[in-house]
Amino acid sequence: MSVLVYTESEEGKFKKTALEVASYAKGVADMLGTDVTAVAFNAGDTSDLGKYGVSKVLKINSDKLEKFNAEAYADAIKQAAEKEGSKIIVVSQSANAKYLAPLLAVNLEAGYASNVVNLPESTDPLQVKRTAFTNKAFNITKIATDVKIIGLSKNAFGLKENQTEISEEEFSPSLSEEDFSVNVVSVDKAANKVTIADAEIVVSGGRGLKGPENWGMLEELANTLGAATACSKPVSDMGWRPHSEHVGQTGKPVAANLYIAVGISGAIQHLAGVSASKTKVVINNDPEAPFFKAADYGIVGDAFEVVPKLTEKLKEFKANNA
Amino acid sequence: MKILVCISHVPDTTSKINFSEGDTKFDTNGVQFVINPNDEFGLTRAMWFKEKQGATVDVVNVGGPETEPTLRKALAIGADSAIRVNTPATDGIQVAKQLAKVVQDGGYDLVIAGRESIDYNGGMVPGMLAGLIGANFINTCIGLEIEGNEATAVREIDGGKETLKASLPLVVGGQKGIVEESDLRIPNMRGIMQARKKPLNVVEPVETGTHTEAVKFEKPQPKGDIKMIDPENLDELVNLLHNEAKVI
Repeated sequence: MSVLVYTESEEGKFKKTALEVASYAKGVADMLGTDVTAVAFNAGDTSDLGKYGVSKVLKINSDKLEKFNAEAYADAIKQAAEKEGSKIIVVSQSANAKYLAPLLAVNLEAGYASNVVNLPESTDPLQVKRTAFTNKAFNITKIATDVKIIGLSKNAFGLKENQTEISEEEFSPSLSEEDFSVNVVSVDKAANKVTIADAEIVVSGGRGLKGPENWGMLEELANTLGAATACSKPVSDMGWRPHSEHVGQTGKPVAANLYIAVGISGAIQHLAGVSASKTKVVINNDPEAPFFKAADYGIVGDAFEVVPKLTEKLKEFKANNA
Repeated sequence: MKILVCISHVPDTTSKINFSEGDTKFDTNGVQFVINPNDEFGLTRAMWFKEKQGATVDVVNVGGPETEPTLRKALAIGADSAIRVNTPATDGIQVAKQLAKVVQDGGYDLVIAGRESIDYNGGMVPGMLAGLIGANFINTCIGLEIEGNEATAVREIDGGKETLKASLPLVVGGQKGIVEESDLRIPNMRGIMQARKKPLNVVEPVETGTHTEAVKFEKPQPKGDIKMIDPENLDELVNLLHNEAKVI
């Protein structure tokens, strides 16, 4: 009956979102008076999971599952849930988790609530709060099925340490050929670059930067902060920056701790996409820019002067606080 | 090749979002509805398959009669015919089951839906549909080619992209990138006139039941006041980010 959590890893190491969903699953398990079992694919050391409240980890080690495969992973998680008799399964909202969750829901005839931001409001019936209308509203959703899947929004719950004694168990799900009918041919992923999905801090540029040649100063600011770079829709539409950096309603959602918007006026579609970020800083030379109404800290000034100066100040700060 | 494009009827991206009936219903008063942007990118890609590879393209929506103008717009963009499953959309599995019936009856090879609708943001209908009908599934698709029975697709992943191969039948969760923004088509007068004569078939729903229920809505708390910082005093910003916001 334990709460099952899908914990994602990369090159054997658990991702931060894995530790966040583990923390959340522990919170749900405490409400229900049960414990947490994790499912991990080709993971190494699992002690990190114990730190965040996981009692048992089902380790699936398979060369066939080295690359993410939504159908095969969903099938494996289904078998893990059945083996454990789990009625609640928690997943993150990474691209991969969003890919497999609806398949898993069909496999288990489970109700699935995505973009959940809080511990359940009640457990019987199970009701969760989730974002809707691209962060313009919240929606309380009741999951009425026997087995339930909760997709936890990134950065909504945070990490909660909860040192727990953890045991490991090898688990070999039986997978069929049909599980591998969609195949990855190649992966194109920049190494050593902070991604928008994983970033704690995101530095984003808009049309106010006047051209792609001016992104150097933004990248330097991002490097100083260990941040990912992003951009507004017009910037990606004009081809100044790749689509993968476009954040907003039709682009990527951002749920960072700190979002710094430079030269972005703040169209409603952009604000909706970034509003889940905790702290927002706006730098714009137009004091009437709508973004100032949605931000925590604002600077009215020329980005070409403010950004390099801010980078210098942050470098000093980092040097003094290293 | 027979293609079905799933069309969600959603509030325009600039809409103000309000609720009625004790915050239990979305208030459609004064709201302009459009084709869900993620679906429109997919529809535009389907038009390319129609024009270059001789595919037929049908569009489908699960919803009441009020969604028909949105389906007509899809016809004006170039779809051959439209299907409306005559029942309100209630939750992901209910919509997916209605679509599964349409796909099975119509014998479609390729289904393109948006990765998520911009209203409920469930992000689950394409995957559930694929699971229900036993088709292959590729989500967050930003590139799609079909040769015979084989699809090559590019999927956006966190921090990059990957290329996948799968055979038809296939369900795709599309988004911007499957075509570019500049490829989107505004219906012209001829398209709009033709759309009036194209078939829009209303079919009755199958019994499905639901798994989840949207019980209540809330609007976010209004934001506190912004603190303005003098561009000549950036130390203050660094200090606030460190000591007040605690984010650096």
